[in-house]
Amino acid sequence: MWNMWYDPNFRWVLAGSVLLGVAGGAIGAFSLLRKRSLLGDVLAHAALPGVCVAFLLAGSKEPFPLLAGAAASGLLGVYAVDVITRWSRLKEETALGVVLTVFFGVGVVLLTWIQHSGAGNQSGLDSFLFGQSATLVQKDVAAIGAVAAVLIAALFLFFKEFKLLCFDRGFGEGLGFPMRFIDGLLMSLIVLSVVIGLQAVGVVLMAALLITPGVAARYWTERLDVMLLLSGLFGGFSGAMGTVFSALAPRLPTGPLIVLTATAVFLVSLVAAPRRGLVAKGLRLWSLRRKVARENLLRDVYEAYETELEQPVLADEAILSRGVDFDQLLSGVSSARLQGRSRAARRLMREGLIRIESREGRNVCVLTPKGLEAAWDVVHRHRLWEMFLTHEADLQADHVDRDADTIEHFLTPDLVEALERLLSVHHREPRLLPSVHPLGAHGRKE
Amino acid sequence: MDSYALTIIAAGALVAGSCGFIGCFLILRRMALLGDAISHSVLLGIALAFLVTQDRGIVPMFVGAAVFGLLTAVIVQALDRGGVAEDAAMGVTFTALFALGVVLLTAFAGRVHLDLEHVLYGEIAYVPWDVLYVGETPIGPKALWTLGATFLVNVALVAIFYKEFKICSFDPAMAAALGINVTFFHYLLMAMVSFSTVAAFESVGAVLAVAMLIVPGATAYLLTDRLERMLTLSVAVGVASSVLGYVVATLLDASISGAMAGAAGLLLTLALLFSPSQGIVSKAFARRRVGLKREDMVQ
Repeated sequence: MWNMWYDPNFRWVLAGSVLLGVAGGAIGAFSLLRKRSLLGDVLAHAALPGVCVAFLLAGSKEPFPLLAGAAASGLLGVYAVDVITRWSRLKEETALGVVLTVFFGVGVVLLTWIQHSGAGNQSGLDSFLFGQSATLVQKDVAAIGAVAAVLIAALFLFFKEFKLLCFDRGFGEGLGFPMRFIDGLLMSLIVLSVVIGLQAVGVVLMAALLITPGVAARYWTERLDVMLLLSGLFGGFSGAMGTVFSALAPRLPTGPLIVLTATAVFLVSLVAAPRRGLVAKGLRLWSLRRKVARENLLRDVYEAYETELEQPVLADEAILSRGVDFDQLLSGVSSARLQGRSRAARRLMREGLIRIESREGRNVCVLTPKGLEAAWDVVHRHRLWEMFLTHEADLQADHVDRDADTIEHFLTPDLVEALERLLSVHHREPRLLPSVHPLGAHGRKE
Repeated sequence: MDSYALTIIAAGALVAGSCGFIGCFLILRRMALLGDAISHSVLLGIALAFLVTQDRGIVPMFVGAAVFGLLTAVIVQALDRGGVAEDAAMGVTFTALFALGVVLLTAFAGRVHLDLEHVLYGEIAYVPWDVLYVGETPIGPKALWTLGATFLVNVALVAIFYKEFKICSFDPAMAAALGINVTFFHYLLMAMVSFSTVAAFESVGAVLAVAMLIVPGATAYLLTDRLERMLTLSVAVGVASSVLGYVVATLLDASISGAMAGAAGLLLTLALLFSPSQGIVSKAFARRRVGLKREDMVQ
């Protein structure tokens, strides 16, 4: 398989695909954040009439006039989208769809007209649309490379401006940046990347190079600069792998293989990315369920003890060893929750927080002193939270969506004190106090 | 006008009817580009159907295409729920399925005549010659029957569930609160889009199918504020585009489907400029009238 390295044509195709992938991926990251992912697809279709008109004017298939025509009609398409959304109530995606279909329809008319009128040597004009990366030669790669280099340089140069455009356009305008110009610049970069990509990989596949690496990169990071690098990397990797696969299996076209590699990268990201990936999300959900099951069980045990108490009592061995009816704790829950609950009980036993004893044919659950501390902590936090939600939430609405675990981290000490007072006013203070807890000692003094 | 021309115009008009009709709902739900996505990803369905059955018959291809059209809608929805922006989700999905379709076709069906261009451009010009037979009797062009059936099914479904479709398009949250199964109607609409696109471009090509999904609906949206009128107008605009497109195409001796798409674009441009309530020119006139009145008042 290493023989292909010695084939100069293969190396040119490889270089061209990698450059295209890097440029497409990096620019695509911006177009994703600008919420114009499908613009590349639209532009690639909108280039067709330009290619035909350029062919009619130039009368030859020289790449440069055709590329210029493609770029001109792509820019016209962007401008049309802008005009339609600005001057009518049609939304952006409708405008994009209109431009795509109408331009492409007109392009097909021109193309068939040229073919039927037999003007000049037109055969193969449509291969411009479907792309033929296997035919890339040195000259094409040089052109692609030069444009890709310009595109990447422009991304570095205007990184800050594009970042503003994607995240807070209004703020940029407030700072005095010419945001319309910057938007136009980004669109022009997208047009350029589409134009160089058309010849190599064709309409649909160029759209993929602009979309898929960016979406994949988004899974791995929350930072724009990292996302750009990753997106370019994924694009370049897809270009390289697609070319290699297609050289190994000569019947398979390069363009689609590049896209399929990019899709594979996306699928891996979708599943395996830390934090945003499906596996990470599943694990988070699982551990959350585990925690909730554990806390609910501890709370239920504690409250079962508590029902027999009139007022706060410092727990001693006698009270704790009374225990609560464990079977009752398990009754009345659905079978799915029952499973989680018995697993939570086993874990609590392993940790030495509860003991299950068999007395007179009933299973009785006994809190250990250590278990009491944990249960008191859970119950206390939940009740503070309850007070906060009923009394204070209207003051600090932005805190309501947090959960009870983090309550200490954002409530100030005096707010906690006020909540503690509310607890005792409403007789919601936990009534079974662990002896070693400072608040427990406090309770004993009173 | 001979029967050949009438057949082609009728096929165009039926495509315009069924696609334009449901296109209105796509536009209102801001999913205009879904038709484009579906029309690309059905290629994989067509390729698989061909490879499995080794038959270029219409039924397996239709089933394959419809399955993958619906699958596209399902995947896009799932990715959208998972936090990928909807347009990006569409882009990822349809390019991947399309690429897979191209690879399968070139790898396994290379020698068979199932070319990409035919699937994408279609050729409405051949519609009159592809005649459907019942026993031995010809009963008219096949495309007219499939397109006509699709159109009738679409109209019937929208007529039955008009209220549900309307409320789901304008206010899905309210629809859910009223106990309407929003998800069901979403997928019903997606199924209608898939079937209409597939039926249309099996006979007339993807260009025209996708154009008719978007452009007549957009034109109608500029002309009225009422959904019933928007639906009828979109069908009318679609029919007008197919007549106009046919005339232009015969004059130029060029692709009929392409010309119909171009004609739809022309009508949209006219509406964009001269729509009574929304047009750019009309609005400019209205501003001018108001401006004059204000000067009168100052004097």
